[in-house]
Amino acid sequence: MTATITISRALPALPQGWEAEKDFKKVGKISGTTERTIEPVGPLFLSHAERLIHKRTFSEHDRVQAQERAKKIETEDDGEISEPEDPMMLARDAKDWKTQDHYAVLGIAKYRYKATEEQIKKAHRKKVLKHHPDKKAAAGRTEDDNFFKCIQKANEVLLDPVKRRQFDSIDEKAEVEPPSKKDLQYKDGKNYYKLWSKVFRAEARFSNNHPVPEFGDENSTQEEVEAFYDFWYNFDSWRSFEMLDEDVPDDGESRDQKRHQEKKNLNARKKRKAEDNARLRQLVDQAMAGDVRIKKFKQQKNAAKNKKKADKEAAEKKAAEEAKAKKEAEEQAKKEAEEKAKADREANKKAKEAAKNAVKKNKRVLKGSVKDANYFATGDASPAAIDAVLNDVETVQAKIDPEEIGALAGKLANLKVADEIKAVWQDEVKRLVDAGKLKEGEVKSLA
Amino acid sequence: MSAGKTGLKAEDRKAIGITLGNSNSSIAYLKEDNVEVIANEDGDRQIPTVLSYVDGDEYYGQQAKAFLVRQPKQTVAYFRDFLGKEFKDIDPTHNHASVHPEDANGAVSFTLKEKAEEDAAPSTLSVSEITSRYLRRLVTAASDYRGEKVTSAVITVPTNFSEKQKSALVEAAAAADLEVLQMISEPVSAILAYNAKPEVANVDKIVVVADLGGTRSDVAVVAQRGGLYTILATEHDYEFAGYALDKVLIDHFAKEFIKKHSIDPREDARSLAKLKLEAEQTKKALSLGNNASFSIESLAQGIDFQSTINRLRYETVGRTVLGGFTRLVESVIKKAGLDPLDVDEVILSGGTSHTPRIAHNLRAIFPESTSILAPSTSANAINPSELAVRGAALQASLIEGREAEEIEQATHPAVTTVPHLTNAIGVVSLGTDGEEIFTPIIAPETSVPARRTVRFDAPQQGGDVLIKIAEGNTHIKVIKPEPKVKSTNATVEDAKDSDDDSEDEDSEEEEEEKREKVWKVGSTLAEAAVRGTKSGAKVEVTIIIGADLSVKVECREVGGKGGVRGTI
Repeated sequence: MTATITISRALPALPQGWEAEKDFKKVGKISGTTERTIEPVGPLFLSHAERLIHKRTFSEHDRVQAQERAKKIETEDDGEISEPEDPMMLARDAKDWKTQDHYAVLGIAKYRYKATEEQIKKAHRKKVLKHHPDKKAAAGRTEDDNFFKCIQKANEVLLDPVKRRQFDSIDEKAEVEPPSKKDLQYKDGKNYYKLWSKVFRAEARFSNNHPVPEFGDENSTQEEVEAFYDFWYNFDSWRSFEMLDEDVPDDGESRDQKRHQEKKNLNARKKRKAEDNARLRQLVDQAMAGDVRIKKFKQQKNAAKNKKKADKEAAEKKAAEEAKAKKEAEEQAKKEAEEKAKADREANKKAKEAAKNAVKKNKRVLKGSVKDANYFATGDASPAAIDAVLNDVETVQAKIDPEEIGALAGKLANLKVADEIKAVWQDEVKRLVDAGKLKEGEVKSLA
Repeated sequence: MSAGKTGLKAEDRKAIGITLGNSNSSIAYLKEDNVEVIANEDGDRQIPTVLSYVDGDEYYGQQAKAFLVRQPKQTVAYFRDFLGKEFKDIDPTHNHASVHPEDANGAVSFTLKEKAEEDAAPSTLSVSEITSRYLRRLVTAASDYRGEKVTSAVITVPTNFSEKQKSALVEAAAAADLEVLQMISEPVSAILAYNAKPEVANVDKIVVVADLGGTRSDVAVVAQRGGLYTILATEHDYEFAGYALDKVLIDHFAKEFIKKHSIDPREDARSLAKLKLEAEQTKKALSLGNNASFSIESLAQGIDFQSTINRLRYETVGRTVLGGFTRLVESVIKKAGLDPLDVDEVILSGGTSHTPRIAHNLRAIFPESTSILAPSTSANAINPSELAVRGAALQASLIEGREAEEIEQATHPAVTTVPHLTNAIGVVSLGTDGEEIFTPIIAPETSVPARRTVRFDAPQQGGDVLIKIAEGNTHIKVIKPEPKVKSTNATVEDAKDSDDDSEDEDSEEEEEEKREKVWKVGSTLAEAAVRGTKSGAKVEVTIIIGADLSVKVECREVGGKGGVRGTI
């Protein structure tokens, strides 16, 4: 769709005096179209439909398509196996298969222990196609099947899981040497994590347990780092050293020698395994010794400890101070309460006396008022009448409380006219009768 | 266009392509990027569309076709075109020698004895029932071949198949447990089959597809633009087809038989059926070799018949029929408003296309530049009998993984119906003599939206360049054969053609006029300038036409930066 067609025809030169804004001049319009139906078939129609349905422009569609294509290429690339063949390797004798690098023979040296079974099979097939002795025979080189045998041996070893492990165990090319001090010091130890990660990733291929924790970097948490060292100090390795065994003579004559050799091999394996374990332990020690994260965590731990102690002391001090303050406050409150009670008592006493005095005074006013009203008699009041009135006044006084007495006295205080005084008394008596405090006719003289 | 039984997940589909023809059908599928046309259990890749019931057993394909001689009343043939049609609309000519179609309340049906018993009542089977049973046999053959159950298919149909016929086909397929993913038209399917070839570049061209079958011929003019196909015109013919060629041979040998024995074998139905089968075989043999034999045991009244015929004789007696195909193709090109000079490619499809004379006749009416894709004119032609089914298989694999809804959406008229440009859009460039020549960038009948990019030479000395975007159209320039007035151009071409005798004789001895297609510059759309090009540089012009007919132009010097852009 996007193919560019080249036409070998020249374009005319720009005529003199041709001018246009941004060198582009609109002149006309498309003259006409016909509505027709496209046949809905073919891959490009699907593209057309996709563009139309998703409302994409050509360039957007191109981009989407390109992304899809790119993805496909990537997956295809995985299977691509092509490594240059070392002429020395091609000249190898198949008898020395024990020392050959099986991965290199199959051309998958860059994958090594990471190569999948599928990759091995594909690589093998490719090598077989290339090095089959019949093909070489066709080219005139007979009896040249040495490298082909190497290929077959490599395939045999790598496709057998047990043999492959044995080979991987002694595959020196997969080893990553621990970084030297010089390397670690380079750039202020910035490569520390990168270099050790590589080492441990390589060592992790022997692990029976998965997943193997990563070495991490300066941002790893304490748990991660601890889990890492914990894992490596308790490393469970399948590494074995059968491949380094000395050949056991298999002729029936020397059975004793055979047994002796087997025993020797077994011991050698054990020794190597022990050495390997020690090597690994040393490696981890070395990594840990230089690990600034461990120091950092130690410092952090100490700092945390000190902080805790200080916090505790501060808290105790604070608690003591608080208790003291509380006690003082309580004492203060108690004192204040006592003082207040005393003052209250005195005030009460004073008030009571004042009230008593007021009552006395009011009572005097009451009595005085009846006196002012001439005991409600016309002319001179008889002593009996005076007595009756005064008795009634006392009765009323006894029936009402000091405040009412005060009120009554207030009403009576400024009155001089007998009738008015009597009216006030009558009202008061009536109020008391209504309230049920006096019985009708109990205080006749005031009624 | 699409209709499918839902409920089938895209990933569970196993799709094939089916061509259901009146005479023969084919099945194919895509196997590891190559189309494989499936041979049925008889080993046939062209499976006769015949169904026969003999002694309670069902036969199809070549076996059923053989029963046309002995059990014509138990054999159904040529039923595809009846599907979805009413009885009054069908043409039963070809069913004369098999079970006759009957009127069942307007619908078409066939009556035959399905059971083996002597006194069993004959059953009446509708045409869709017959189609369904036949499709079932095709699907079984495909499933056996692939070793997995085929669930879906893309089926090819003629361009004049009505909606009713299509839905009848979908129903018949559904009754045979077959999901119809899509129905695609036969001519476009044939183009797909050719375009799937890796060496075929995706260029814009006008293609004439002549689908010459056993009982009908369909010719279509298709515009291929940026991988999209638009049918410009179609023609359907029921006179010039394979059976007419058979008839020529039947008549020829019948006359020979009459001359010898004074018996007309065409009068007896069984003799006629035998003649027909043998004539078809002889016709096929004549497509491959120069001679063919024609022999029938006990043709009539126990007399054996044996004769031979060569291709020249055949082409002589069949001259009128063979010429008919050429006229048919010519008429449809005219109908599309085009000239043979506009046609870039002629694809011959269908079984009758094997006939060499038809391809040779077509070769004569088209210019040299037109490629005629038929076995006798092109070395890398695909078997014409398999073209349609190959396209269907390609389309099936293409949409197999898509949800039915998605297919429905993509084939909706709102997506498929778009405006097509009437005129070409191109750039005015300079010819060798400095005259203005219109160079089309977007051909006429291109659907919008469209995008094309073209590179031109800048002037020798470099400098500023004018790009004039214009519409253009063609006209046929007729040059009268007067050698003295001939332009230098024509002489050069004549000199080049001098070893090609036929062309030369035509133009000089018979004094035929010379015709050529010439572009004419129409109205100018826009002008743009690319300034300061280097000497010998190339200028790239991209034209994008939007769905709203807006024209976006981008011009730049190749390797240069910036460039001129503009929108009309």
